[in-house]
Amino acid sequence: MARTRFAADAGLASRMVLTMFLLGLLYVVFVAVLVALKIPLILVLLIAGGFLFFQYFFSDRIALSSMRGREVSPEQAPELHQMVDRLCALADMPKPRVAVADSDLPNAFATGRNQKHAVVCVTTGILRRLSTPELEAVLSHELSHVAHRDVAVMTIASFLGILAGFVVRSSIYAGAYGGGGGWGRSNDRDNNAGAVILLVVLASAVVYALSFLLTRLLSRYRELSADRAGAILIGRPSLLAAALVKITGEMGRIPTRDLRAAEPLNAFFLVPALAPGFSFSSLFATHPPLERRLEQLAQLEAQLGRPA
Amino acid sequence: MKFLDALLGRSKPKQPKLDALFGVTGAAITLEAAAGMRPTGQAAVCFKPASGQGFAAAAEELHDLLELAVKEAGSTVSVTDDRYGYRWVVLTDPEMEDLVTSVHLVNSTLEQYGFGPQLLCSVFAFSTPEGQRFHLVYLYKRGTFYPFAPLGGERRDNELELRVKATLEGDLPIEPELGRWFALWGLPLG
Repeated sequence: MARTRFAADAGLASRMVLTMFLLGLLYVVFVAVLVALKIPLILVLLIAGGFLFFQYFFSDRIALSSMRGREVSPEQAPELHQMVDRLCALADMPKPRVAVADSDLPNAFATGRNQKHAVVCVTTGILRRLSTPELEAVLSHELSHVAHRDVAVMTIASFLGILAGFVVRSSIYAGAYGGGGGWGRSNDRDNNAGAVILLVVLASAVVYALSFLLTRLLSRYRELSADRAGAILIGRPSLLAAALVKITGEMGRIPTRDLRAAEPLNAFFLVPALAPGFSFSSLFATHPPLERRLEQLAQLEAQLGRPA
Repeated sequence: MKFLDALLGRSKPKQPKLDALFGVTGAAITLEAAAGMRPTGQAAVCFKPASGQGFAAAAEELHDLLELAVKEAGSTVSVTDDRYGYRWVVLTDPEMEDLVTSVHLVNSTLEQYGFGPQLLCSVFAFSTPEGQRFHLVYLYKRGTFYPFAPLGGERRDNELELRVKATLEGDLPIEPELGRWFALWGLPLG
C-alpha cells in the first residue's frame, strides 16, 4: 500500500546537514581562536547568550510588532481562521494564533519559538491579491515553517554571527580606550595588547562574514523545505507555485495577450540575456530564487501525475 | 526522530488512523440508550483533492466502488466541493453499520492510492429528541472524535457538545484538547 506519493528529498536534507556542519565547525574554530588569545570567554558567551535568549523567547512579539500585525479572532476573520483550522487538522498540529498586518505588500510570515507559541501573520495586501486556494497554499507553507521549528533553528544558527559581531564591537571599544579597561590581562604590555585586539577584530570579522553567508544558505534550504512540505500538505504543488509567482510580482511572465496579437511586436523586443548562473545577490538572499522554488514544485507536481 | 526531523526541516505527511472509526456504531447505541439521541442516517467524508492523474485515477475508482456499494446496500451518495476547496462525499443510509462501511470504503480507497494524508475528517449526523442536529466528527490524523453542534449564525451549542462528550467518553476516544474541536460551518449535511 502506498503511504504517500511523494519521494523523500535526500539531496536537500544532505545539503542542509553540510551547511549546519560548516556552521558548527566555524563556531568551534572561533571559540578556539578566542581561547588561544586568552579572551574571557565566559563574559562574551553570557552577553551573546542573553541576546539569543531574548530573541528566542520574544520572537513572536518582535516580529509581530515590527510588521505592525494584530491578532484577529475567529469572529473578525472567519474565513482565515477556517482555513488555518482545517490545515491544522490535516497536518495534526496545534492551531497557531492568526494575525493580520495592515500593509499593501503581499507577504506572510510565521514566527514563534515552538508550535504552542506560534503566530501566522498575513498582510492585507496578500489577502486582496490571492484567491482562496492560493492563500491556503501560502498558509500551508507558513505552517510548515512552524512545524519545522524554523525560528528556533535559525536563531541558534545565527548565534555565532551575533557573538562575532559583539566581539568586534567590544574589541574596538577596548582598543579605543587604550586597552586599559578592556580585556585587562596584558596591561603591562600595551603593544602586545594592541596586536591581540587587532587579531580578535580580524578573526571576528571573518567569522561574522562566513557565518552570515552560511546562515543565509541555511535559510534558503529551510524555505525550500517549507515549500515542499506545504505543497504536499495541500496536495496541489502548482497552487503554491501560482501564489509565489503572484506574490513576487512576476505574473507578467505568463502573458495574457494572445500569441497572434503579440507576435508582430516580438521583433522589437530586446530579450534580456539573463544568464541563470551565479550572482552575488543570490549568496545573500534569505529566499531561494523563484526559478529554484518553481522547479521543485514542478517536480512534486510530476510525482502526482504518475499512475499508482 | 522528531528532533532530527525538525533539524532537517522535513515533516512527513501524517498518515490517517482508520481503526477507531468503527467505534461509532457502538457510540450510536450508547447515545440512544442514554440520551435518546438518534443518528439521522447521514454521514460524510471530507478530504482535500490533490492535482494530477494519480488522484484522478483514485477518484474514478472511488466513484465506481461507491456506486456498486450503494446499489447493494440501498443507500445514496452525492459529492460536493465546498468553498475552501475540500471535497465532501455525503452518504445516506438508515443503517448505521452500512454508513460506517461506506465511509471506510472511501478511506481505504484513498489510502490504497497513497492519498491517505489528504483525509481531513468524517462526520456522522445525529439529532436530539427535541430535533436539534449535531455531528460527531472523526479526526483522521488524531484518531479521535469530537461533537460539533452548530446553531444559527456561526455559533455552537457548547452545552450540548459537552453533554455528548460526557456520554461517549467510555465508548470513543474523545479529542482531549478543546482547541482542536474545529468548527465546520456550512457542512453539507442536513
